[in-house]
Amino acid sequence: MKFRTRSIHVGNEPDPATGAVVTPIHLATTFIQPGAGVWGQFDYSRSGSPTRAAVERTLADLEGAAGALAFSSGMAATHCATMLHKSGDHIVAGCDIYGGTFRLLHKICNRSGIEVTLAPADDASQIQNAMRPNTKMVWIESIGNPLMTIPDIRLIADIAHREGALLGVDSTFAPPSILRPLEFGADIVMHSATKYLGGHSDCLSGVLASRDLALHKELYYIQNATGGVLGALESFLLQRGIKTLELRMREQCRSAMTIAHWLESHPRVTRVLYPGLASHSNHLRARQYLGDQFGAMISFEIDGDFEKTKQVCQSTKLFGLAVSLGAVESLIEQPASMSHASYDAQAKAKFGITDSLIRISVGLEDPQDLMDDLQQAILG
Amino acid sequence: MENATIVNKHSNATPSNLNAGSLSPAHRAGISTTSVHAGEARRKPNDAITDSICCSSTFTFESTQSIIDYIEQKQDREEYGRYGNPNEKVVERKLAALDSADEAIIYSSGMAAIVGLLLAKMSSGDEIVIFDQCYHRSREFCSKHLSRFGIITHQVRTGDFEAMSAAINSRTKLLISESPTNPHLSVIDLEQFVALGKTHHVETLIDATLATPYNIRPIEYGVDYVWHSATKYMGGHNDLLAGVICGSKEKLQEVRKLRGILGGINSPHNMYLLERGLKTFALRMERHNENGQRVAEFLDAHPRIEKVYYPGLPSHPSYEIAKRTMKGFGGLITFLVRDADWKQTAAVIDACSIPKIAPSLGGVESLIEQPYVMSYFDYSPEERKRFGIADNMIRMACGIEDPVDLIADLQQALDA
Repeated sequence: MKFRTRSIHVGNEPDPATGAVVTPIHLATTFIQPGAGVWGQFDYSRSGSPTRAAVERTLADLEGAAGALAFSSGMAATHCATMLHKSGDHIVAGCDIYGGTFRLLHKICNRSGIEVTLAPADDASQIQNAMRPNTKMVWIESIGNPLMTIPDIRLIADIAHREGALLGVDSTFAPPSILRPLEFGADIVMHSATKYLGGHSDCLSGVLASRDLALHKELYYIQNATGGVLGALESFLLQRGIKTLELRMREQCRSAMTIAHWLESHPRVTRVLYPGLASHSNHLRARQYLGDQFGAMISFEIDGDFEKTKQVCQSTKLFGLAVSLGAVESLIEQPASMSHASYDAQAKAKFGITDSLIRISVGLEDPQDLMDDLQQAILG
Repeated sequence: MENATIVNKHSNATPSNLNAGSLSPAHRAGISTTSVHAGEARRKPNDAITDSICCSSTFTFESTQSIIDYIEQKQDREEYGRYGNPNEKVVERKLAALDSADEAIIYSSGMAAIVGLLLAKMSSGDEIVIFDQCYHRSREFCSKHLSRFGIITHQVRTGDFEAMSAAINSRTKLLISESPTNPHLSVIDLEQFVALGKTHHVETLIDATLATPYNIRPIEYGVDYVWHSATKYMGGHNDLLAGVICGSKEKLQEVRKLRGILGGINSPHNMYLLERGLKTFALRMERHNENGQRVAEFLDAHPRIEKVYYPGLPSHPSYEIAKRTMKGFGGLITFLVRDADWKQTAAVIDACSIPKIAPSLGGVESLIEQPYVMSYFDYSPEERKRFGIADNMIRMACGIEDPVDLIADLQQALDA
C-alpha cells in the first residue's frame, strides 16, 4: 500500500473490544494480569500501553523500521539514543545540529565521560576525519538548521559502519513522507514528532525508529528503564496528526517552493536558503534525497540591519512570532535574536547567523495570503 | 472585572479580522487560511499558539456589581457552560467564516442541531415542506415527533419544485432539502429553491453535510439556514460528534436562546478536536473530492457495476447543476452491483480490505456499507423500493487514502 494509505490504516486497526474505527485512549497505568507471574500483553504503562503501541506501529511502518518508540519529547528520544554509549565512547555530530542536541552532547553526555566532536555534516570527508577508534555514533540532521544543509546520508552511513559506529539521523525537518533515512543506511532515525508528525502545535513528542530489531530492543530496554515515554492523550493526538501528514507535507512543501521563488525575486531580499532552489549549494543532493519535496523551512536575508529585521518579524499578521515549526500555522523568527541569541558574534559569523537573517516555517495557509503578509511586513 | 476583561480581549476578533474571512477589508482570505486561522484570537492566553481546552462548567464574577454590569450592559462573556464555552465559541466563529454566515451555533450532534432549530422556529399549526431524499432521521423527527405538537410536514419528491410549490400554503414556515442527498447524491438547484421560498415568504434550510462549505456555500445563494453534521467532513477523523446551524445573527437569536434551555451543547474536549480537525479541512476536502471522482469513474467503467450515483459523472441527473455550482462532489459514492442479490452484494463488501464496514462518512478512513442491511433491514421490500434502496446497493465513503490503493482494493473485491 502507498504511504498515505498506510499512515491512516497501519496501527489503526478497528478496536477488537468495540469495533471503534479510531484507537481508544487508554489512560490506564496498570493492567490486570492473567495470573501471578503470568504476563499479559500489557502490564504497566511505562513498559507499554495500547494507545502508544498503536502509534509506534504506525511510525515503524512509515519509517520502514524494525520497531519504533514514542517519547515524551524529541530531547527524551535523543537522550535515549545517547544512553546506548558509555564512558570513553566518542560521538561525531554535525556542526549545524539543533541547539538542544548541542547542549545535551556538551553539557550532559560529557558528565558520563562521552566525548563529542563536531564536523560539517554536508562535507562527508570532514566527518571521516573526525572519526576515532572509539567513535560509537555519528549524529546528523537530514536538513540542517537554519542554513538548510543536506548531508550525504548514504556516504556518511558507510563511513560510520566502516569504523564500527552507528548512524543516527535527526530527520525532524524531513518527515517520512519525504525522506526515510533508514533506506539510505542510517541505523536510527529520530524525530521531534512535535513538529510535522503531530503537525498541529499541540503535543510534544519524540520518536526513535531503528532499522535493526536487536538495536530497537536495546533502545526499548533503555526507554523502559529511564521512563521518558509518551502519554496516552499525546499518543492519540500524534496518531491523529499522522493521518494527514502526507497531505500536509505535500501542500506545505509546494507553498514553501512558491514562497522561496517569490522571495528570491524580491528586490529587498538579498539571499534565500531553501534546498529546493537551484541556487542552494546542496540542491543536487537535495533532489537525490528529497525528490521534489524540499521541506517547508526557509531562511532568507533582507537588506536591513538588526532592527529592521526584527521589525519585519514583529509586523506579520498571519505568521506567528515563535520558535518551533512544522505545524499548520506559519511561524516566523529572527535567529539572531531568538533561536540563536546565545551565540556570540564570532559563532554567529561562523554559522552564518547574520543580523538580517529571517527563518520561516511555512504552514497550511493559502501561499498567496502568506506572500501578501510577508510583503506588507517587508515593505512596512 | 479583570477576569472578564481578559476573556473579552481574547475572544475578540483577530487584528487581521479573519472573522470576516479577510486579511484586509479588500481581501478575502483563501479557504485554507480561513480554516487555519478564522475565529481564533491572534493572541491567546499565555501567548499559546493553540487554544487551551477550557473545561470549566461555570465562570466566576469578581463581585455582585460585575454580575449586574454583565446583565445590564449585555457583556460578551461566559456565564454557565450550558450557554456556551470558549472552545465552542472559537469553532462557531470558524464555521461561520467558512460558510460565509454571520453566526453558527454548535450542538452535541447533527440531529441535536436540526431539532434545536425546528423547535425554536416552529409552533403548533405551522407546516414544513421537505424533499423526500433528506436524511431519514430528520424526516422521521418531523413526521413522528413534530406532528405530536401539531406541526405538519409534507414530503415531496426530491427536486420537484412544482410539487414543493403546490404543497406551500399560508401556514408553511420552512422548506427543507439536503444537497447532495444521501445515498442518491441528488443535487438541488439552490437558485430555484431560494426563489421559491422568497416568492412565498417562507424560510429555507439546506442540509449541506455532504457538500461542506469547501464545495458550496448555500448562504451565498440566499438560503436562510445551513445545517451540517460536523461529525463528518468538518471533524474529519471519525472521532467526535457535532452538529451546526449557520445563518444570520438575527434569525438565530431565538435558536441560541433555546439551546441554552434544552442543553444540547457540545463539550470543550470535542470542540478542541473539531477545531484541530478544521485546520486541515481544505486539504482533506480536496482529497475527498479527488478520491470520490476517481473511484466513481473506475466503478462506472467496471463490467460488474450496473449503475453509479455520483454527481461528478455525466450519467448522473444532477451532473449539470452540480458542475455549475459546486467546486467538487465529495467522497460519497453509491453504486449497484450488476445481477447481484443482497448476499452477493454483501460478499463484495466483505472482500474489501481497506474501507471498513461502518455507517457514517467524511473521515480520513474510507467506510463502506450496504444501505439495505445497515439502515433498512427491518423495512418491507415495498418501503425499500419507495426510498430507492436496492438490495444490490453499496455506499462507499471515500477517505483520503491514496486513490490507487482504493481502486486496487475495489478491483480485487469485484473480481473475487
